[in-house]
Amino acid sequence: MKIIELKQDIFKENEVTADGVRAELKDAGKFMVNVMSSPGSGKTTTLLKTIELLKGDVRCAVMECDIDASVDAERIAEGGGKSIQLHTGGMCHMDAAMTKQGLMEMGYDDVDLIFIENVGNLVCPAEFDTGAHMNMTILSVPEGDDKPAKYPLVYEVSEVVLINKIDAKAVFDFDDELVVKRIHACNPNAKVFFVSAKTGEGFDEWIDFLKNRMS
Amino acid sequence: MHELGVVFYVIKDVKKVAEENNIKKVESVTVEIGEVSGVVHSMLKDCWDWAKKKEPVTEDTELKIETIEAVTFCEDCEKDYPTVKYGKKCPHCGSEHTFLKTGNEFMIKEIGVKDEDN
Repeated sequence: MKIIELKQDIFKENEVTADGVRAELKDAGKFMVNVMSSPGSGKTTTLLKTIELLKGDVRCAVMECDIDASVDAERIAEGGGKSIQLHTGGMCHMDAAMTKQGLMEMGYDDVDLIFIENVGNLVCPAEFDTGAHMNMTILSVPEGDDKPAKYPLVYEVSEVVLINKIDAKAVFDFDDELVVKRIHACNPNAKVFFVSAKTGEGFDEWIDFLKNRMS
Repeated sequence: MHELGVVFYVIKDVKKVAEENNIKKVESVTVEIGEVSGVVHSMLKDCWDWAKKKEPVTEDTELKIETIEAVTFCEDCEKDYPTVKYGKKCPHCGSEHTFLKTGNEFMIKEIGVKDEDN
């Protein structure tokens, strides 16, 4: 038997595609954010609130990635954002090739900011570069302050963490200081914002940060 | 984890190499997987055996898995230690200023081809 040596990194091709997507969007003056979280942390509600507060300044689009259904894309469209529903075909995460395909299908000439609402999952999405300019994770209060200790990689790769559903804090044992400490143990430079997508509390700082980061 | 997704990447890469080298059938594929990459070997094999049949070039290919040991380096005492046993905290000095040196890899090491196919 003849052996052909490859020594090829399996993620290499994805990284090359991701870099290509990033550069193409940058040249076109667009900014893309990859949003990761568990199922039910309030990704869609948070994005709807963000879109509402950016209205008039920044035109937004959302690529909804789920294994099935199109309920999220319908909600975004009702909320005034451009949206496309992508089905990952059973896959647990988005990769750069899927992002590229989604962007082509959706078109992005008429928007400034694109969100990838990744599959609700704290493990797999963190491993694959989507081609976004910024990664963020949403952690909701009911999930508990120990998530960063249990799923460190997703926090390691996230530049921003939104702690959502702070309006529910009265009924959960959630330690603000401890969660920030745990997030910073994964990534010392992560920006943490405490928000409620339901009441709008804490959104001003997040929106200011996002606008600055885009420019 | 995403064993199935990873298997599709491997098949795509193997297919490309086979085309470039004019190979019709690949006998074996050897992958190197880091100890803390999160990939479950038995699941990877199951996914492989299912997915390989989708491409003529890999339909009879055996998947061989080699493990790369996870080693963490301590920035404070500048020593290595085995990650799986001690985690993030250095067993030599107790520091948590440590980083993973090896153990997160997923590489295609080599492919084997029958001689008459060359």
